[in-house]
Amino acid sequence: MEMFVYIALFAPLVGSLTAGLFGAQKKSLMVGVFASGMLFTSFIASLLLLVQVLQGHTFHVEMMTWIKTGDFNVPFGFVVNEVSVTMMMVVTTVSTVVHVYAIGYMDHDKSFNRFFAYLSAFVFSMMILVMSDNLLGLFIGWEGVGVCSWLLIGFWYHKESATWAANEAFIMNRIADLAMLVGIFTLYWNLGTISYEGIFATVGTAEHGMLVTAAAFLFVGAMGKSAQFPLHTWLADAMEGPTPVSALIHAATMVTAGVYLVVRMNPLYDLVPEVGIVIASLGAFVAMFAASMALVNRDMKRIIAYSTLSQLGYMFVAAGLGAYWVALFHLMAHAFFKALLFLGAGNVMHAMSDELDPFKMGGLGKPMKWTFIMMTLASIALAGFFPLAGFFSKDLILEVAFVGGHPILYTVLLLTAGLTAFYSFRLVFLIFTGEERYKLFGFHPHEAYKYMLIAMSPLLVLAIIAGFTFKGGYYEMVTALLPAGEYHVHNPIVYWIMTIGTQLFVGGSVLYAWIKYKNAKVDKKVEAGFLYQLLYNQYYIPKIYDEVFSKPYAELSKMCWKLDNTVVDATVDGIAGIFYGTAEKTHTMQDGNLSSMLRWMVIGLVALLVTAVIFIGITVNADAIMKLLGH
Amino acid sequence: MEITLTHYLVLSTILFSIGLIGVMRRKNLLMLFFATEILLNSVNVALVAISHYYGDFTGQMFAFFIIAIAASEVAIGLGLLVLWFKQYNTIDLDNMKSMKG
Repeated sequence: MEMFVYIALFAPLVGSLTAGLFGAQKKSLMVGVFASGMLFTSFIASLLLLVQVLQGHTFHVEMMTWIKTGDFNVPFGFVVNEVSVTMMMVVTTVSTVVHVYAIGYMDHDKSFNRFFAYLSAFVFSMMILVMSDNLLGLFIGWEGVGVCSWLLIGFWYHKESATWAANEAFIMNRIADLAMLVGIFTLYWNLGTISYEGIFATVGTAEHGMLVTAAAFLFVGAMGKSAQFPLHTWLADAMEGPTPVSALIHAATMVTAGVYLVVRMNPLYDLVPEVGIVIASLGAFVAMFAASMALVNRDMKRIIAYSTLSQLGYMFVAAGLGAYWVALFHLMAHAFFKALLFLGAGNVMHAMSDELDPFKMGGLGKPMKWTFIMMTLASIALAGFFPLAGFFSKDLILEVAFVGGHPILYTVLLLTAGLTAFYSFRLVFLIFTGEERYKLFGFHPHEAYKYMLIAMSPLLVLAIIAGFTFKGGYYEMVTALLPAGEYHVHNPIVYWIMTIGTQLFVGGSVLYAWIKYKNAKVDKKVEAGFLYQLLYNQYYIPKIYDEVFSKPYAELSKMCWKLDNTVVDATVDGIAGIFYGTAEKTHTMQDGNLSSMLRWMVIGLVALLVTAVIFIGITVNADAIMKLLGH
Repeated sequence: MEITLTHYLVLSTILFSIGLIGVMRRKNLLMLFFATEILLNSVNVALVAISHYYGDFTGQMFAFFIIAIAASEVAIGLGLLVLWFKQYNTIDLDNMKSMKG
């Protein structure tokens, strides 16, 4: 069975390298098909491993030694256990779907082959991140997905906004990664190991202060990757990349790596509940904060990106409160319906020649029936209606907050659930119902290729059934590794009031969205209002970052540049200048005239002779000279 | 008056200076050769004298080597000189400027 571990891990790499070989050549369908096939292979291998794990077998393989100096021993080790196999399934499922979808989506792009090379490389990095048996391996995967994310956000590198967004994402992640490295170092310094097993075995007896430091720093790393406040601005800008990338990387997999890290390190976070509370509070804040920005945005992809941010907040609430299995469950469910939502948005973009403003669409339900159905169902799942996936995972988080005795978190999350339903259905109604405004702008929408829709259908099925079919089995499986905890409201009356109340509240939000946006009327007075402007400008945070960080940094860079020019470069240039100058002055010596050169030769000879005589004189009379100098 | 090593060395130094001045001042290639011969032979005088003074034949052997080398050098040098003269009709050093650095 170890073979399947390697197949699951390396099949995407094979696909990536093969696609990379043809990277500079013109579009070849085979490259896309081969890469997708490799992903499917990886998916099958993961599935077989899942079956094994369900039967109670876990795998731990060591491929080879990676670093070995003194006591520091890091192998290339991979572990397939209840938690990592869940992530493997999510990653391979979504990425297989996205690969097949991308064959259609990138159909007209001349960098088709390059796209698949990057996309498969991303999946490989993600698998390393998920499967590694130590923190350093996780870090390598962590950086690998960062690089692939950078490559893919800036995929259309001729667009300046795309390269800017790619750099923003990369730099923000570097800042967080520094903190993460510090966290890893702290653990190694104090526990002497960086393998999960080793850490979990010794963490119980370690000093509390150190654990707080390590947990906090690791969480800062997770904040960067999962785009939590205040490092959240990159995620919305990352929507510059192709839509399949947004679906795979910036919704389903990479951004959830932060949540995965916290879940994976659960024995550590269990010991520091004070850090957990901070994580949960930040998560709740981000959930609300991101949802509020999604309310007014007029860019389809950004709305979904803010929604992702908001859902990541939910996951962190669960993880922070110690309900790791709930966090992982929501991660899984969210991956399915959010990827579906993004791919649906991709279809709409294709139909509308890359138009992103939903106010210019309307009535697309008719020409794009299947996309309409899929996006509606994904939105229902996202909003958390019974019995789709979101209901089971998101309501569970609400219950965790409620049962855990955090009424403020519960209220915030409940309100956010209403906001989520509102902005999701605002988007659906604006795009698919009402007047056919796109005719004014001269668009001729058409449904996506059939195989793209078929490729999306597994996600649709999962978004519908993931909640009620998987929950039981999933719970049984992961609680073998994660702390078990049933988060039930014991009083049935309270439970039903809560559940039905939430459903009614969410339903009300949808209804309000329908009333407000079925005609896509824009209320000028509201738009001019302070609150709208605040939300529309993303709380002016990008502007503040620009003023507080980017501009002073640019000034500082300019100063350093000038300093470099006037001091460092000037010194180096000066030294070179001395040689140039001497050569310039003395090269007349070599005028080609034999007798003048002979004269110089004689002068040189005499000079050497004189020097020799002087030195010999000094050495011979050293004692006398020393005496003369008074020694 | 007995002739001592000092006399030989003084003679050698005088010869060497004459040769050196010749090398520096002469513009005629043939004269330049003469000057180099004087230089070499001044060294020969010094070598032989010192060799005799110490009763060691090494110096005299060196002198023979130098004579042999000087002879071959002059043979090649004069051959080149004749060729040069045939081509340019002059052996003035100031005309030899093609080897500019």
